[in-house]
Amino acid sequence: MTIQLTHFSAAFVFALFASIVFGITHRETTRDMVLYGLKCFAMFLGGALLAGWAMWLVRR
Amino acid sequence: MANSSPAKTKAAEPAQSAGTMAIIAPALGWLIPGAGHIIQKRWIRGALLFVSIVTLFVLGLMMQGHIYKANGGDILDILGFIGDLGAGGMYIVTLATNGGQGAVAHAIADYGTKFMIVAGLLNFIAVADAYHIAIGKKQ
Repeated sequence: MTIQLTHFSAAFVFALFASIVFGITHRETTRDMVLYGLKCFAMFLGGALLAGWAMWLVRR
Repeated sequence: MANSSPAKTKAAEPAQSAGTMAIIAPALGWLIPGAGHIIQKRWIRGALLFVSIVTLFVLGLMMQGHIYKANGGDILDILGFIGDLGAGGMYIVTLATNGGQGAVAHAIADYGTKFMIVAGLLNFIAVADAYHIAIGKKQ
């Protein structure tokens, strides 16, 4: 069984699961875990989007 | 003197239990992602770690990613093997069933390869976390 993800959906899934693990393992309290997970998710996805637009600008 | 021995034994029991757990939890966590937390009654954390790491690894396989075997060649291949090895039981099962052996023919398959490596590396972090819980460094 194979699956074809788009570049964005692959980045989204990666960011989601990596952020969950980072949140759980890098913070002590539940609240801090959730906040850190959300921050990581935003950084992962935001970084990918920024890098994508930067490459688009470089290409032009 | 006769009274001090049972007291010492009682005090030593939790320390010995923590020492055993410091070995069992990381080992089990490596074999099955999240199991190191579950065995220490961190049910939700363990379940979330299991779902996250297993899903990343399985998605990598479904994206036709490549899995690295033990090798002494290119440094990137060696690092890929170390990352994949972190997935523990899933890595062993995948090798045993000849999974992840296809050629990386398109970008998504390359993403799949990275998904599996990252799943293994994330499991290494989860194993370290389970160890820290076992020795009392983290709640």
